[in-house]
Amino acid sequence: MSDLYNVSSSSHIRAKDTSAKIMLYVAIALLPASLFGIWNFGLRALILILVCVATCVASEWIFEKLIHKKSTINDFSAVVTGLLLALNLPHTLPVWQAVLGSVFAIVIVKMLFGGLGQNFMNPALGARCFLLVSFAGTMTSFTYDGVTGATPLALLKNGETVDTMKMLLGTTAGTIGETSVIAVLLGAIFLILMGVIDLTIPASYILSFGVFVLLFGGHGFDMTYLTAHLCGGGLMLGAFFMATDYVTSPITPMGRVVYGIVLGILTGLFRLFGANAEGVSFAIILGNLLVPIIEKFTIPRAFGQKKEVKQHE
Amino acid sequence: MGFMTFKGGVHPHDGKEFSKDKPIRELLPKGELVFPVSQHIGAPASPVVAVGDTVLRGQKIAEAGGFVSAPVYSSVSGTVKAIQPRRGATGDMVNSIIIENDGEMKEVEYSPVEDITALSKEEIIGKVKEAGVVGMGGAGFPTHVKLSPKEPDKIEYIIANCAECEPYLTADYRRMLENPEELIAGMRIVLQLFDHAKGLFGIEDNKPDCIAKMQELTKDEPRMEVCPLKTKYPQGGERQLIYATTHRKINSTMLPADAGCIVDNVETLISIYKAVKLGKPVMNRIFTVTGDAVAEPGNFDICLGMSYGEVLEAAGGFKVQPEKIISGGPMMGFSMFGLDIPTTKTSSSLLCLAKDDVAASETTACINCGRCVSACPEQIIPTRLAKMAGHGDMAGFEKWNGMECIECGSCSYICPAKIPLAQSIRTMKKQILAERRKK
Repeated sequence: MSDLYNVSSSSHIRAKDTSAKIMLYVAIALLPASLFGIWNFGLRALILILVCVATCVASEWIFEKLIHKKSTINDFSAVVTGLLLALNLPHTLPVWQAVLGSVFAIVIVKMLFGGLGQNFMNPALGARCFLLVSFAGTMTSFTYDGVTGATPLALLKNGETVDTMKMLLGTTAGTIGETSVIAVLLGAIFLILMGVIDLTIPASYILSFGVFVLLFGGHGFDMTYLTAHLCGGGLMLGAFFMATDYVTSPITPMGRVVYGIVLGILTGLFRLFGANAEGVSFAIILGNLLVPIIEKFTIPRAFGQKKEVKQHE
Repeated sequence: MGFMTFKGGVHPHDGKEFSKDKPIRELLPKGELVFPVSQHIGAPASPVVAVGDTVLRGQKIAEAGGFVSAPVYSSVSGTVKAIQPRRGATGDMVNSIIIENDGEMKEVEYSPVEDITALSKEEIIGKVKEAGVVGMGGAGFPTHVKLSPKEPDKIEYIIANCAECEPYLTADYRRMLENPEELIAGMRIVLQLFDHAKGLFGIEDNKPDCIAKMQELTKDEPRMEVCPLKTKYPQGGERQLIYATTHRKINSTMLPADAGCIVDNVETLISIYKAVKLGKPVMNRIFTVTGDAVAEPGNFDICLGMSYGEVLEAAGGFKVQPEKIISGGPMMGFSMFGLDIPTTKTSSSLLCLAKDDVAASETTACINCGRCVSACPEQIIPTRLAKMAGHGDMAGFEKWNGMECIECGSCSYICPAKIPLAQSIRTMKKQILAERRKK
């Protein structure tokens, strides 16, 4: 029996949640969208999901092995990255391109910047944009029920009509995980209930985007047009699962609101005035880069501090 | 019940079930007692006894070393055995007077006061000062200094800190149940000092019996009010308590008096009562021995100077070997190497935990989840401050309001990556304060 007891600085108790558990919750929350994607697009979707997850986890493990660091694959963050990337790919993408994207996400975007918590850009989105510029053809060709077709957003951009009910359910062309608003929202509700995310960023993002579309969409108060924009593309998946990525979003409470608004405006700009129909991925990546500036201007006032009190320089 | 609260905070398991139903038991000390001359914030007291002197219970053994200081009294009769440095609960070596207890508890003559209302304000403060009353919730700030603000007319609220928001602790709870009259009498004395003040008792709503009892006993006291508070840590933090009960905000550069408030803990108010009414100095206090490693957790009326180990024996010793023993609560208490440490005016409990959460949890990378931000009652950004502390970035640390941290430990508690955020911030604060003193 030792006579000395453990000594450490307070506090001496710790809450039960761990980072790994939070990541696991995110992975679970992505299941409805994943399962719907598999049902909607078939076996190819399942294969891409498995390939992306496996490649992400393997690249993290191998990278850490090579640089003699302790493996961090147990924290589930690579699983989440793989899953998110897969959900952002068309199911027709060649497997080797998905593998390349996964390696890019983990090695280039995440590990080279220091691993979990250090990346300045969402790894899955970074990889998606990398694939978009590298393989524009395969990344933007969508088929549905064996027929090559445009996504609802592309139809919308060309002035054609879309079926908003189908968009809500998700039985349309698109990437594996973005089509079903209902499936995405199911996962989002789970995350909110588990206390993993809150509504600050998604709400300010979606609201500001909605206002932008109403103001500049050229359709006035056309609710069908607005609904189609809200349900279309990766907006819901992006707003609830990628804009809320802890590492790449601001930590200051006010900064989170500003960030959401910036994303809404950027998405509106890209969608309405850009060459592509889709704009969520680029908006979030650009938003990620603005985070340090947003934080700098939104340092919160501490409890009881008065406005006029100047800080020590 | 309990709508009054603050923003932020955490809800750790409260653990009060171990000792909350155990009535206060008086303990008689054996063997030697150790009286550190620094049991308060401010200048250490200077010994007025020499080795070999015989002392009585209630005899002054060390004189206040300045205005912000407090005298120390012997809690037993016996002989001064030595005056030498001994280790205190915070780990520091403190000059201490060691008294061999003769077991007879021979006391000095106290001078009780018949009619307190006949005393002048100066007399009351004088008695509080002479009795060595300090903030007994843990801070140890000399109470007579608190009771002498620059503008006494501007004090509008005397807030009794009955929140006891630290998990496990039940000392104040037992006091409120068993000695509420003394608590109220203490409040009455303080109110006598401040003509425009109202007395508030801030009690967390996990103690409905205390709230009911205090409401019943104060119903004919026009100047007193019971404020039920939401149960949340750190509801009993001074700034948080002031905000919850009065909606006034103070920051690190202000004193409660700047917001017209004076905050005193339950045990402090009872000590004020004993000092003024009975003329008794601070020699005893209530003390909780608790935790899942203790055989018979309980609440004790201890003679100050007893060792933690001796009080533990009274609680039946260990049931299982603990990994960690803590002086105070689990959120802000001090972990101790061993039990041969004297209890002082600010010792509220001995908490023995069979399992040490801190040693068991592995620190991982910060994922910027922001839970520390939501938990922080000061609305600052603990994770960013801890990073700046790690880089030694003093300018950034101050710009991001790091000096506002109250070291409540909510961030360390809630962090899913198990990063000791409060520790980093506390260390950085100390460094910055040291730098400022150099200038």
